[in-house]
Order: sequence, then structure tokens, then C-alpha cells
Amino acid sequence: MSLDISFIGILIGSIMASSVPLILAASGELITERSGVLNLGVEGMMIIGAISGFALMVITDNLFIAIVGSMLSGVIISLIFGFLTQSLLTNHVATGLALTIFGIGLSAMLGKNFVGIPGKEFPILFSSLKESIPFFGPILFGHSIVLYFAFALPFLTNYFLKKTKLGLVVRAVGDSPVSASNQGINVILVRYCCILYGGAMCGLAGAYLSLIYTPQWIENMTAGRGWIALALVVFATWSPIKVLIGALIFGGITILQLHMQAIGFRIPVQFLSALPYLMTIIVLVVISRDSRKIKLNTPTSLGRIFYKEK
Amino acid sequence: MYKNFFRYLISAIFLLGFSVNSNADFKVGFVYVGPTGDHGWTFQHHEGRNAVEAAGIKTTFVESVPEGADAERVIRQLAQSGHDLIFTTSFGYMDPTNKVAKDFPNVKFEHATGYKREHSNVSTYSARFYEGRTLLGHIAGKMTKTNTIGYIASFPIPEVIRGINAMTLAAQKVNPNIKTKIVWVFTWYDPGKEAEAAQALIDQGADVIMQHTDSTAPVQTAEKAGVWSFGQASDMQRFAPKSILTSIIDDWAPYYVERAIAARDGTWNQQDTWHGLKEGMVAMGPYNSAMGADLVKEVEQLQKDLASGKVHSFTGPIYDQKGNILVAEGKVADDGMLAGMSVYVKGVEGDIPK
Repeated sequence: MSLDISFIGILIGSIMASSVPLILAASGELITERSGVLNLGVEGMMIIGAISGFALMVITDNLFIAIVGSMLSGVIISLIFGFLTQSLLTNHVATGLALTIFGIGLSAMLGKNFVGIPGKEFPILFSSLKESIPFFGPILFGHSIVLYFAFALPFLTNYFLKKTKLGLVVRAVGDSPVSASNQGINVILVRYCCILYGGAMCGLAGAYLSLIYTPQWIENMTAGRGWIALALVVFATWSPIKVLIGALIFGGITILQLHMQAIGFRIPVQFLSALPYLMTIIVLVVISRDSRKIKLNTPTSLGRIFYKEK
Repeated sequence: MYKNFFRYLISAIFLLGFSVNSNADFKVGFVYVGPTGDHGWTFQHHEGRNAVEAAGIKTTFVESVPEGADAERVIRQLAQSGHDLIFTTSFGYMDPTNKVAKDFPNVKFEHATGYKREHSNVSTYSARFYEGRTLLGHIAGKMTKTNTIGYIASFPIPEVIRGINAMTLAAQKVNPNIKTKIVWVFTWYDPGKEAEAAQALIDQGADVIMQHTDSTAPVQTAEKAGVWSFGQASDMQRFAPKSILTSIIDDWAPYYVERAIAARDGTWNQQDTWHGLKEGMVAMGPYNSAMGADLVKEVEQLQKDLASGKVHSFTGPIYDQKGNILVAEGKVADDGMLAGMSVYVKGVEGDIPK
């Protein structure tokens, strides 16, 4: 292995690229969960975003419309979840699971005519700087706009939750919807907004896969990334920055273990394959062991049905 | 959506306790490991099913069935719902297929790529993909500049190991300095992971990428990186027109039609089928003109010789990694040895995961 500094730069760049869908989906789900709603439909919303984005790209030949459309499709499908859980008061877990199954089936049906169409090249930013600066070039430059957005998102989410009034409202709704409601907050409306936002981010995460990362549509192409994003939110104890760290560790070790295999490290391959899951959990558990902070961040009413008596 | 529809239909029939008369409509069931739209392994089996349907025989299929407990349930439901012949099209369905076959002696089962025929109503069939791998190895050995071939492997089963060995032997013959780097992804189908594996191999110096996984992501990654690649199971050329040198294509259709008709007419017998280039179960995609006319001619000749039996992919002397002789000089490996292949030949780097 050429362990020179510029190679490490390239490696870090590709690790960042592989973490993007996890960061986007987990950040979206984090807001949803902080408002007290447990949406297990992440995988379903991602796959719908992936097919919508790809289909719109093929039909309109416009990547901007494709990206926006994928987010809208995430909003629409999460609206179904919102309507069922918030207006019809169905169980969050069951509805979320149904949403995932529905999303996978629907995307396969919608995607029938889009299988086998090669994707379009997605523009990357500052590609000249990527080549000219060793080490930092491939890390900082030459990525798609979605990647820069994804890496800003956890910090924005953190700021939103901690420093803004709206963030406080979301947290209040997630911790004690009854008190929030007594304070005159429209709990259902806040939760609807958080669900739709989560849907938009999951849609974008799916579109990142089908438009940028592996530009094509294939059935079931999210391949379980939605479930990993869900787990990340929990293991990161609902902290946006820890979600970012967890996603980077997961993506990083996934790619590192492939490199280790290619180099020919004499470590059992099964162990290497399990390593991303193992390390992500260990690291997140270790950095989140402060129980006071966990209590502070955990939405107390997560998954509980709230209705306003009239 | 059809998948769920059929699942509901099948469960409904099962729950209501309909006993379907086996003399009624003759029906063939298919169990797939991936989605029919994978443009690889499952896609080709589905093409085979379409051919059966075109021959006027009713078929149903269930896609994306995980290998393991779920598979047994699905196979059992197909058997219970009046299917007369069931094709189970992935290696991991081997034990479930035999288990269900025991309980349904009147239903015929065809298991792809396996070797267990525990009951008289179970046949196995496979294709000699390794003949295609020999051609890929020859091409790769000639085309590589870095002398490094990257191989994305799925699971450590004989079929995959056989492919790695066949490819390496052929590449060594034309280029003694060749190195095969292998990455195990432990999945048949995960476009993101397959792309990452391809990228890792390219970063480690491989300039020819080969895959034993089902999605088109590796060839697209190769196209982007400007290295060579080969299509797997299906002609993947349009996904990477510059990068793909050729594809190994599985053509199950003639076999499926023949077996379905035999089962319908009552002439079906248990057998173990292993067809290759000769019978057309393994076919090659178009050769990329970037290979140059001479190499194309050479490979076409080799393809003919493999089909006629003049050349065998595993001709001795063949040594394992430690230097022990596996196949003596002048001999060829017999089918039993090929079917159970579980060691790397000399020149492959690394260990087989246990």
C-alpha cells in the first residue's frame, strides 16, 4: 500500500462521500424523533427518493429538478405516515414498518421502466483545486454540492435545536406534548412539520445514491442504509454532532476494511466485515456514556401517541 | 409489487385451506434471490422464466427472497399452492429446497448451483461459468498494465473460488507476473458496497476489475476511474461502454423450457446438469474493440476450443498456494474436484474466509 499522504487524502475523500446518505437520513430522522415521533420508514422514504430523483433526471434531464423532486417525494410519502400517526393516531412502529415495505414495493413498481438507463454525470465543485493541492485537495474539494450540505447539516441541526426558539418548541413537543400543548403549542402541527422535514432529508439521501454515488436505478439500491441511519440516531443519543461522527466511523471502517482486504491483511474477512457495525456502536457508546446528557437529549415521549382532548 | 401480491395470494390460499388439485393447471414457480431488475443474475433467470411463459406454461415468481429461513417458507408456500415444478435459483436455497422436497414428493424441484439431491424429486443444474472466467483471465492478463487484477467476491463457496482460480490460471498463462487481489463483500447485491469495493481495488493499483456480485455498480465505477472491467451474468455493456471488455452471460432459457415441458409431459427425471459454452448456457458478450483485433481473434479461438473441449480451464499442472500439486501434468480436473473446490491456486493472494 502506498501510504503516502496524498493517498490518505483520497481515502478520506471517499470515506466522506460514502457517509453522506447516512448523515442526511439520520439528521432528518433525528429532528422527527426529537419531536417525539418514531418513524421506522427511513428505508422506504430513501428508496422513494432514489427512484423519484432518478426518474425526474431521466424525464427532465435537469439535475436540480431531480434533487428538489426527490425531496418533495420524501415529503409526500412521509405525509402518509404523518396523517396516519398524527391524525388517525395509529401506532408509530407499525406504521413506520409499513411505510418501509410500501416504499420498497412502490419504488420497484415505479422503477420498472428506469432500470438499465445509465445515469448522468453530477457536477462536482472545485475540481481543479482537488488535483492541485495534495492531501487537503481531495478532502475539501471536488465533491458534489449535496456533500457540502450534508456536512453542514449536523451543525445546523445542533444550532437549531439548542439556540433557536423553534428548536426549543420541537424539543418541548418531544419531551412532554401535554405541557407543550398547555402552553399553547400546536403539538400536532409541529410533529407534522418534523415528519415532513425528515421525509425530505431521507428523500435527498436516496437521491444522493441514485444520482451521485452510484448513478443508476436498481431495485432495493439503498440496501439497508435506512436501518443503519435509524440505529445511528439512537446510538448517537439524539445528538446531531455524534450522528456525524458515527456516520463517518461507519463509512470509514467500511471502506478501510475493503482496502485492508485488497492489501492482503491476514485478518479474518468476516471480522473485517463486522467491524464497521462493531466500531460504530463501541465508539458511540463510549462518547455518549454521560447519563445526564443522555437524559437531556432523549425525547421522553418518543413513539407515544398524543391526542388533544376536545 | 407483484412480489407482495403473490405472497398475499399464496398465503390466502394456504390460510383458507384450499387443496389445489395437482392435476389442474400445470404451474411452474421461481424463487429469486434478488430483484428481477438487477440486470445481472436474477434478471437472467427471469428471462428464462419469460421463455417458459412464452412456451405456454403458467408461471409465478417470488423475488428478493433472502437465503435462509425465509426461503424455506416461500418454497413451501409455492409447493402448497399447487406448483408442479419449482426452480430455486440461488446457492443458499440448497438445504431449504431439499427439506421442502421431502414433504412434497409429487412436486419437482430444480436447484441452481447446488450439489445436494437428497430426494428423487430434486434435480440440480448449473453453468460452467468458469469457462467464461478463463476467457476473462486471458483478456485481463493481456490488458493489464499494472499486472494487478481486482476481483470483487461475494461468498466463499466453491463456485466463486472456482471462478477466481480459473481466471488466475488463464491470466498467469499469458502474463506470469499477474497478481489477483480479492475483496470479499459478503453480499450478492449491494450497489453501494460493490462500488466501494471496486474503488478500493482501483486505489490499490488494479487496472482490471472483475466481479462475482450481481449489480452493475462495479463496472460503472471502473468506467468512471478509466480502468477495464467485465460484465457479470448479463450483458452490462451499456452501463460502461468504454470500460467493459466483454460480459459472461448466463442463458437459462433453453434449459428452463426443456425441463418445464418434461415435467408437464411426465418425462422429468432427476439429473445433475452442468452446461457450459458448448451448450450455450454460458455465452460471451461482444468483445470491446479496444482489445485490438489480434487479441479478439485469440480469445474467440480460445472460446471455440473451450466449447469443443480441446482446451480445459483446469489443465495440469496446477498447484495450490503452498505448492502442493492439485492436478498432475497433462491431466484435467474432474467435475467432482471442480464442484467442491475450496482452495486457491498458486498466485492468488490472501486466504479464503472460513
